[in-house]
Amino acid sequence: MIKIADVSKSFGKLKALDSINLELNKGECIALIGPNGSGKTTLLKCILGMVFPDKGQIFFNDSDILKDWRYRSFVGYMPQIGRYPDNMSIGQLISMIRDIRQNENPDQDNELFNFFEIESILNKRMRNLSGGTRQKVSASLAFMFNAQVIILDEPTAGLDPVATEILKSKIHKEKNAGKLILLTSHILSDLDDLVTQIIYMQDGKLKFHKSIAILKADTGEEKLSKAIASLMIKNSL
Amino acid sequence: MMNKVFKYVMVDILRNKIMLTYTLVLLLISISVFSLEDNSAKGILTLLNLVLFIVPLVSIIFSTIYIYNSNEFIELLVSQPMKRAKIWLSLYSGLSVSLLVAFIIGTGIPILLFEPDKSGFVLILCGSILSIIFVSIAMLAVVNIRDKAKGIGIAILLWIYFSIIFDGLVLYLLFQFAEYPLEKPMMFLSVLNPIDLCRITILLRLDVSALMGYTGAVFKEFFGTSLGILATLVVLILWAAVPLRISLQKFKRKDL
Repeated sequence: MIKIADVSKSFGKLKALDSINLELNKGECIALIGPNGSGKTTLLKCILGMVFPDKGQIFFNDSDILKDWRYRSFVGYMPQIGRYPDNMSIGQLISMIRDIRQNENPDQDNELFNFFEIESILNKRMRNLSGGTRQKVSASLAFMFNAQVIILDEPTAGLDPVATEILKSKIHKEKNAGKLILLTSHILSDLDDLVTQIIYMQDGKLKFHKSIAILKADTGEEKLSKAIASLMIKNSL
Repeated sequence: MMNKVFKYVMVDILRNKIMLTYTLVLLLISISVFSLEDNSAKGILTLLNLVLFIVPLVSIIFSTIYIYNSNEFIELLVSQPMKRAKIWLSLYSGLSVSLLVAFIIGTGIPILLFEPDKSGFVLILCGSILSIIFVSIAMLAVVNIRDKAKGIGIAILLWIYFSIIFDGLVLYLLFQFAEYPLEKPMMFLSVLNPIDLCRITILLRLDVSALMGYTGAVFKEFFGTSLGILATLVVLILWAAVPLRISLQKFKRKDL
């Protein structure tokens, strides 16, 4: 569904992405993991067309994303830090995004919107929201338009346990519905029963891209966090 | 789609208190100038100098700060199925239209009430075009500078350049080459500064151009003709279009 071919990106001297090659298919829930500054968010932003690679190409359903912006109507995105216009109310924000996206996806998925009870805070201004509430708004928007690809950057950071569980079961449901879920997270325990593939990045380089089953078999560990930890130790040796 | 974003920007700016203050200050200045001067042509002249000073200043500074503050908004829209050009142009037209509305209410209406003749119309036209030109220049500055404080600093410097330094340089050249006939080069130099171009255009509509001596006569010979007016208009439109065009090109390829 998404193909990344030899993508590199530098910010000044910092090499954020170094010849990344990846193929991401639907029906998978793929976690991008790696230390801070390893290029995870940059990679996601490249896929979203927010950052332009210096080299290489990204294909969405075999067409180059730089040539056609319309693929973004098939992508839902939840940013790491939801930055919204301060003096917009939640209701205005949602109605604006709905207006932009409505043509492509007439049937809306308001499940998260309802679970998070956003209806009751529609009049609140974005600047008055707590970090967790912002995350809830971001998550609701990402899933609202039945996009085939859902990109979640640190989705559970800042969410309370109840909201985290709601979001996780939503991710699970959408994955089973045949969507491609791409997420980054630092909290490995959150991912255990959710993720089907792992992409590990370090210093802008792709270290490996494996399915969970293979990863667990390789390392002989049952828990994802332990499997990753043992690989990280092996890698650094 | 465009309308929705444009509408949001418009509503947001028109609710802004600075915009309201700007309109009221312009209104106050215009009305008091016309009430104080017994000769309304002299009123236009006084107003001209104020308009050429205030309008570019407010346009460039307000636009610069507004675009920096809209960073989150832009980021949000860029991840949505929307052309980048549309986002940038919506922002541009939102800023331009609201600055125009403020100018027309603040200065246009008093002029139409007190001095509804040709020079008055030209002043309204010049003020309107200057508003748009300095939004363009602001957008060009913002797209090139990531840091907000630096960007606002550059915007202020640009305004100082167009309002003060440029005239200083012209005067310096005049004194240095006083022995040579400079009327034609002066005409060319004025093209490099939209504020000067507007000033000349309006001054030539007023009787005071007689005070400008031989230069004034040469200027009048060109800028006074319909060809001259057309050329002035084209140059002013270029001053609005070119910076916008470059900023748009840059924005389309900008990492957010």
